[in-house]
Amino acid sequence: MDEIRELKVLSYELRKKVVEMIVAGKGGHIGGDMSVMDILVALYFKEMNIGPENQDDGNRDRFVMSKGHSVEAYYAVLARKGFFPMDEVISQFSKFGTPYIGHPNNKLPGIEMNSGSLGHGLPVCVGMALAGKMDGKDYRVYTVMGDGELAEGSVWEGAMAAGHYKLDNLCAVVDRNRLQISGGTEEVMSHDSQEERWYSFGWNVISVDGNDIGQLVHAFEIAKGYKGKPTVVIANTVKGCGSAVMENKASWHHKVPTQEEMEQIMKDLEERKVALL
Amino acid sequence: MNKIPNRQAICQVLMERAATDKDIVVLCSDSRGSASLTPFANTFPEQFVEVGIAEQNLVSIAAGLAKCGKKPFAASPACFLSTRSYEQAKVDCAYSNTNVTLVGISGGISYGSLGMSHHSAQDIAAMSAIPNMRVYLPSDRFQTAKLIEALLEDEKPAYLRVGRNAVEDIYSEENTPFVMDKATVLAEGTDVLIVACGEMVKPAYDAVGLLKDEGISAGLLDMYCVKPLDKEGVIQAAGKAKMVLTVEEHAPFGGLGSMVSQVVGSECPRKVINMALPDAPVISGTSREVFDYYGLNAAGIAERVRKEL
Repeated sequence: MDEIRELKVLSYELRKKVVEMIVAGKGGHIGGDMSVMDILVALYFKEMNIGPENQDDGNRDRFVMSKGHSVEAYYAVLARKGFFPMDEVISQFSKFGTPYIGHPNNKLPGIEMNSGSLGHGLPVCVGMALAGKMDGKDYRVYTVMGDGELAEGSVWEGAMAAGHYKLDNLCAVVDRNRLQISGGTEEVMSHDSQEERWYSFGWNVISVDGNDIGQLVHAFEIAKGYKGKPTVVIANTVKGCGSAVMENKASWHHKVPTQEEMEQIMKDLEERKVALL
Repeated sequence: MNKIPNRQAICQVLMERAATDKDIVVLCSDSRGSASLTPFANTFPEQFVEVGIAEQNLVSIAAGLAKCGKKPFAASPACFLSTRSYEQAKVDCAYSNTNVTLVGISGGISYGSLGMSHHSAQDIAAMSAIPNMRVYLPSDRFQTAKLIEALLEDEKPAYLRVGRNAVEDIYSEENTPFVMDKATVLAEGTDVLIVACGEMVKPAYDAVGLLKDEGISAGLLDMYCVKPLDKEGVIQAAGKAKMVLTVEEHAPFGGLGSMVSQVVGSECPRKVINMALPDAPVISGTSREVFDYYGLNAAGIAERVRKEL
């Protein structure tokens, strides 16, 4: 089996872990977890040089989970990378006194910055990328934002500075699932055309199917080689990706599946995984 | 009369240290001139980041730099820095525990005639309420320099406020007693303890002299470290006096007065009087005119002590 296919299989396996986590923790932003999973898998298992073995190395790549509410997907990926035990995060997520709270916090290994309030990740990454340039280091900086998040003005302050300073060591990803808690993103607040918006801020723009790991990996490789501009990958995704129970339904932004729904979701995820084998 | 404002003292220390410490980075939001940081920007362009008029960006970028080993000083007018980028201070600096020093310039009512948008009479309350955020209001240029040197020694977030105008010296090149996070005892007294911070320390110091001439024994603490407040210093000095009076260039709520009152009320109960700006838009004028109008000067402080004793 080729590497990309293995990653696709892994992505479905980790989605199942997310469902377990959310059911056990009785809460979670399940829709965005499912849309963003392929992006995180491509970054953590193919693109970025981040792992428990190099977490204090000044040359490690930097990642900030700007859409912090998709923390369940992030936890599943970090656990699979070996930063903390998968069983522990599933059993302790959202419980009283847990370190595995509902947004990323850097008391946990593998997490650089606390997030949760939207529109912070990109400007923080601008600082990280500037530091890399100042020190002549060749690490790269990545962040993942939600598309609803793009209504935060601070995103565009960061975009402006990244373009101004030509931070080609910075790559932002927009999880463009077109849904937010109140409904369709274009009804809540227009964000099209993403390509035109980012281009006008001085960015290199690549649009891909954000639930296709092969396309994502290809985009990240192009970004790595692109000089003189930061790159944004517009990852066109499906919210709830993995099961028809959740897919493209705003009501699944934050929802705990019932027993019946969970069984169906797990069945759907397994079927899609098996289809790859 | 000293002509060097505290902001200029900050620039001097940072320039001295940046020559050998390449991790010192200064960030401004179109504020390098107002912050007296133009010489730094010109001398160390590689260690200077301009973000434009974007205070949220200023603070988040500083946090990202700090996370990668830099020692950022983000300077912007205190009015914008403490409220426009409040959430960035809370999440990216304090909560993420990044080594960012937020430098609020032209603080308090320094921009006296520019209106409430340009006053930062709530910054102590706002910043102090954030867990893991420290708050400093140095009094003169010598203490400001000592404070910057101390802040360069640790790796924790801090907010500091300085005024726009030069203030009269309290300390000197040779004599600036300074222990980090400990108030400086400027006078010991048995009738009243005055606790002041920032630009109010000098008028309080002069008030102590006026009172002494009348036979009133006043102690004075320069509480440049508003958070963490030097509680032991307050308890020790307040215990010797009949009452306590606080003076600050801040709204009457949540500032130095509130914090000192909490400590005195629980540890050594006695009357505490808070002198501050009003809970209202402040009258227009120069700092001196505004302070005089509200009695935040030596005569006003002395008079209040006489009245309350």
